Amino acid sequence: MTVTLFIPCFVDLMYPKVGISIVEIIERLGHRIDYPEDLTCCGQPAFNSGFWDEARKVALPVLERLKNSDAVVIASGSCGAMLKVFYPELFANTPQADAAKELSAKCYEFSDFLVTKLGVTDLGATFPHKVTIHDGCHGLRELGLKKGARDLLGKVRGLELVEMKEAETCCGFGGTFAAKFPMISTAMGEVKCASAADTGADYIVSNDSSCLMQVQGLLSKQGSGLKTIHLAEILNSK
Amino acid sequence: MTTEVQEFKTQATKVVGDLRHRKLIQTALGKYEVARDKRKGAFQSWSEARQVAAETKWDAINHLDEHLVSFADKLEARGTKVHWATTAAQARDIILGIIQAKNAKCIIKSKAMTAEEIHLNAAMEKAGFEVVESDLGEYIVQLRQEPPYHIVFPAMHLTRHDISDLFEKHLGSAKTDSPEELTMIARRALREKYITADVGITGANFAIAETGMVSITENEGNARLTSALPKTMISLLGIEKVLPRMADLALFLPMLATAGAGQPLTCYNTLYGGPRQPGESDGPEEYHVVLLDNRRTELLADPEQRDALHCIRCGACLNVCPIFKNVGGHTYGTTYSGPIGSVITPHLRGLQNWKHLSYSSSLCGACTEACPVKINLHHHLLQNRRNSVQKEADPQEKLIFKLFAWAMNSPGLYGAGKSVARWFGPLHRLVMGTFLDPAKAWTKTRDLPPIAETTFKEYWKNRQ
Ligand code: SF4
Repeated sequence: MTVTLFIPCFVDLMYPKVGISIVEIIERLGHRIDYPEDLTCCGQPAFNSGFWDEARKVALPVLERLKNSDAVVIASGSCGAMLKVFYPELFANTPQADAAKELSAKCYEFSDFLVTKLGVTDLGATFPHKVTIHDGCHGLRELGLKKGARDLLGKVRGLELVEMKEAETCCGFGGTFAAKFPMISTAMGEVKCASAADTGADYIVSNDSSCLMQVQGLLSKQGSGLKTIHLAEILNSK
Repeated sequence: MTTEVQEFKTQATKVVGDLRHRKLIQTALGKYEVARDKRKGAFQSWSEARQVAAETKWDAINHLDEHLVSFADKLEARGTKVHWATTAAQARDIILGIIQAKNAKCIIKSKAMTAEEIHLNAAMEKAGFEVVESDLGEYIVQLRQEPPYHIVFPAMHLTRHDISDLFEKHLGSAKTDSPEELTMIARRALREKYITADVGITGANFAIAETGMVSITENEGNARLTSALPKTMISLLGIEKVLPRMADLALFLPMLATAGAGQPLTCYNTLYGGPRQPGESDGPEEYHVVLLDNRRTELLADPEQRDALHCIRCGACLNVCPIFKNVGGHTYGTTYSGPIGSVITPHLRGLQNWKHLSYSSSLCGACTEACPVKINLHHHLLQNRRNSVQKEADPQEKLIFKLFAWAMNSPGLYGAGKSVARWFGPLHRLVMGTFLDPAKAWTKTRDLPPIAETTFKEYWKNRQ
C-alpha cells in the first residue's frame, strides 16, 4: 500500500528522528511512502485560537493534497485529531464538507495505523529500559487511543513498562494555551513530571511530540535525569 | 486586557505558587475519583446510563416550554405560587417582596448556586435581613465571607484546622481536630436559627414536569429543616432544572450522586409538591417557586451550545479538570467555575469579558469524558473562542494568524523562517528565559529544543 505521511512542522523542525523512524518502520513492513513536501501544518494553532477562517486557509491545501490518498499516517496524536475529528467540524457547511469527512475515514495516528490498519504489534525492536507512558489527550480522548501503544511496547525486547498514576492527565501543553497561560500550563506539567518520576522510569514515552516538548522542556529546566522519547523511536530501536 | 482576565491571571499565579493549596485540592479530588470509579461499577452500564441521561435532558430542554408550563400548573394547583423571573434583579425583587410581606427578620437558606448567581444573600442583608446558610460547607464560607469554592464542595479548600480556627473566632468554640465535633458545633449554632427563622430558602436539583414537584437532594438534612420549620418556603431554580417525568429520578438521583461525589445516592432525597395541604400536620404554610431565566433562554437559542443547559451541576467536570486542580475554584471569579463555568459564563455574563476562561484550557477533554449528561464541554470552549474572534478579534492576534496562514501556505517562506530560526538559535540561548527573550512565556519554566541539524524535509530531499 502507498502510505501518505503527514509530518507536522514541529516534528519536521525539531523532532525529525520521529518522522524518520516512522518512514523506516513503514518501509520495513513493505509499504511505499508518499510524503507531500509542501505540507507543513494542519492549521490547528489557528483553529484552537478561534481563527477558523485562517485555519481553513491552512487546512485547505492539506485537504486537497491528501483526499486521494489510500491511507494517511500522522506523526502526532494531536494533528491526527485535527485531521480526523476537527476538519469535518471546520469544513462543515462549506463545499469541502464531504471531502473532509472522506479524509477523516482514511487518517490514522501512527501507532493506530500499525495496530488497527496493519494489525502489527511486534516490530522486532529492542529497548532495554524502564518506560512510562503519557497518554496525549487528543490521542486518548478524540481518537480513543490507549491500548495500541501498550500492545506495541509490550512486544519490545528488554522494555519494562510501568504505568504512572497520572498517565491520562494532561501535560499542560495545549498549543497557544502554554504561552497564554504559562503559569497554569507549567503547574500542570509539574504534576505530570512528578507522577512520571514516581515510577522510577528512565523514559516517558508518548505518541505526541508536542506533549513531549512540554514535558522535556520542564524536565531539562528542572535538571531531571528523566528523558522523553517518541513511541516511533522506541519501535525503531535495535 | 480586561480586568477580569488580569484578575484571573493574578489569582492563578498566586494559587499555582501555593503548593500546599494545590496539594490539598489534588488529594481531595484524587480520593473523589477513586470513590466515583467504584460507584460507577454499580451501574449496569455507565456509558448507557449517560446516553439515556443525555437523551432525557435533550427532551427536557428541547421541549422546555411545555415542561415548564406543566411543572408550574401542577404546583399551582396545589396552592404554590410560581414566579417567573427574567433577570437576576427581578428574582431578587420577587424574593425580597415575599420576605418583606412576611415581616421576616431571619432567613435560613440551604445550598443554592442560583442564589449565588443572583447575589441573593448580599441583597437580603442589604435590605436588613439576617441570612444564615444551613449547609455546613456553605455556613463555613459564609462565616469567611467568601463565595463557595466548588459548586458541590463549597469549603473543600479548608482543612479542619482552618475550620476549627474559624469557629473559635466566630462562635467562641474550643479548638478541635475532630470533624464530628466541628459538625456538632455548627449544628448547635444552626439549630437555633431553624427555630427562629421566618422564611426558608432552598435551591433545587430537579423540577419534575409531570407531577409539578421540586426535587432536592442533600447529605445533611439541612434542606429538610430549612423547608419544614419556617412558615414560608421559597425555592429558587434555573429553568433548565426540568426533568420530564418522575421516573427519570430513578436514573438522575443516583447518577448525580455518583458523578459528583462518588456516592451511591445522596443521603436525603425529598420531593416538594406544595405548601401544607388541608389535613396535613406539617410543612410550610406558604410555598413560592421562583423560576430564573437570567439569559438561559439566550443559550437555548444557540443550537450549537444548547446542550450546556443539560448540566445537572454535579461538579464532575470540575473534579477532573487539571486547570481547576491547579488554580482552584476562587480564581475563576465566577459563580460556576471549572469547565462548565468556562462554557456558560460567557453566555450568562458576556463573551468579551469572560472569553479568557475558554482560552485558559488545554482542551484535554477530561471534562467531556466525565460529564454524566454528555455535554461536549471542551468543544464548546473551542466554539466560544471562535465566536469571540468572529465578534471582535484582538487586532494583534488577528495579524499573527493572518501571517501564520500566509507562511504555512508558502513553502519558501516556511523555509526562510527555518533558516532565520536556525541563525537566531545561538543568540536565543543567550537570553533564554530572561526578560529580553521574546519567547519567555515558554522559556521561563521550560527549555526549547533547537532546530534540528537536518530537518525531516531535508532528510527527505537528501534521500530522493
Ligand atoms: S457540565 Fe456535566 S460534569 Fe459539569 S457539572 Fe454539569 S453535568 Fe456535571
